[in-house]
Amino acid sequence: MVDLRRAAAIVGVHEHITRYAPDKSEAQIQGESIIKALEDAGLEKKDVDGLFCASMSVRNSGLNLADYLNLYPKMVDNTTVGGGSFEFHLSHALNAIYAGRINCAVITYATQARSGGVSVGTGGISRQGHPRLDPSPDSFEELYGLTTVGLYAMIAQRHMHLYGTTSEQLAEIAVTMRRHASLNPEALFRDLITVEDVMRSPVVSTPLHRNDCCIITDGGGAVVVVSPELARNCKQKPVWIIGAGEAVAHQGAGKRDLMYIAAKQSHVPAFEMAQVTQKDIDMAMIYDSFTITVLETLEDLGFCEKGEGGQFVLNGRIGLGGELPINTDGGGLSSNHPGMRGLFLLLEATRQLRGEFEGTERQVPDCKIALCHGTGGALGSRHSGGTVILARD
Amino acid sequence: MTTWNKPLPTISGETKTFWDMCRRGTLLIQKCDSCNEYQWYPRAICANCWSNDIKWFPSSGRGTVWTFTVTNQNRTPGFDTGPYVLALVELEEGVRMFTNIVECDPKDVSIGMAVEVTFERATDQISVPFFKPAS
Repeated sequence: MVDLRRAAAIVGVHEHITRYAPDKSEAQIQGESIIKALEDAGLEKKDVDGLFCASMSVRNSGLNLADYLNLYPKMVDNTTVGGGSFEFHLSHALNAIYAGRINCAVITYATQARSGGVSVGTGGISRQGHPRLDPSPDSFEELYGLTTVGLYAMIAQRHMHLYGTTSEQLAEIAVTMRRHASLNPEALFRDLITVEDVMRSPVVSTPLHRNDCCIITDGGGAVVVVSPELARNCKQKPVWIIGAGEAVAHQGAGKRDLMYIAAKQSHVPAFEMAQVTQKDIDMAMIYDSFTITVLETLEDLGFCEKGEGGQFVLNGRIGLGGELPINTDGGGLSSNHPGMRGLFLLLEATRQLRGEFEGTERQVPDCKIALCHGTGGALGSRHSGGTVILARD
Repeated sequence: MTTWNKPLPTISGETKTFWDMCRRGTLLIQKCDSCNEYQWYPRAICANCWSNDIKWFPSSGRGTVWTFTVTNQNRTPGFDTGPYVLALVELEEGVRMFTNIVECDPKDVSIGMAVEVTFERATDQISVPFFKPAS
């Protein structure tokens, strides 16, 4: 494979601070975010030649967004593989920039999952809005009351059965994310919680409690990715993409071991490309749709052995000040989860690598290399995994 | 018989035989004549070798609970009235399928528990396979 390290850089980011925006449209939130992210980079509308986006509610979202923003990009990428779509977008933008087809990509997302009253986790088939099931696989699945949380809960149940993982260990993840959220003024929930609080929250789908589940918010954001030449003229120091890997995992005709998630595959090419190891990662943004998602992702990314995730997350290891701080913005469990969260992993990792929180408790000291892993879909049926590794200048 | 308010399958050419036999109380699975692999869910192509030498076989209808969850919250009609057990059952033939564990207290379900297929008549055309504790 050609060496793609530092072939493209993130030079602009913006997180729309809204957590509730019933008066805005998706396109408006995306447009406002792109404008701010370009400002952050010191770039303008005329510089943008690639548009990367995904949507929970708009079909052909790239086409509609190009229309709304009056853009004529040379490349449009609507890859939609669930919440982790944006790690895939970054990977694709890297290829396109390296190939010289585009110089400046914007990756964007917005939703009104909260103000729209979308039951992302517990809506069952009604979450998809179409009453007629597809002949397969829906007609062999949705008859049984599948929910997103249920599909993750089944994996948690078997993880506990095989490895002795406990609800208290899962709760530790939620507690750590809340501690990080308490340091983020934009986070939706900022009051500290305890393991007991998580254990006392209602059981949504055994063994997962409500506080094992991500929150639902509105929100959006944008990331600007450019060629090395353009990066040198930007306001911000570039954050370089040094590794990327993509994978899907599914039922494998009823025979795949669902305990291994797509991260098991996607992290291999990402680390190979980056020529770093797990020990070199200073902080990680791990998609936290549910606490079990974090635990399984840490295992399958190779930060610990399979089955050891429950022990790994204890004793402050994944908190700020620990060996591997994760989700320093408070994650989807406490800061924001607007239906799909993959974009926000890139935003926070970039800000950490820039040292934007220097002088505060939120900053990971001397942060040189960060890993983002997005998971989309459901662990119990089929899902995507996108791993990207970023490095400061 | 109460009115079926849960989702109903959509039947296509490649799944019609399966649903026809469910109506007669037999759970079919597929096996490839080229590579001898079983597969689930039913499809026109062998997921392993991509041949179209797919044959239907009656499953023993027996298996074990591979994993499960007792779900307390779902807005879907038919599943919105209280806890139910969503499960993946591994059939004796080695493939795993989604189902509900019925005819037992959700609290009594465990991983590894022996189960067997049972059919519920949803409409005149459609019977849905579920699993219950093995007799």
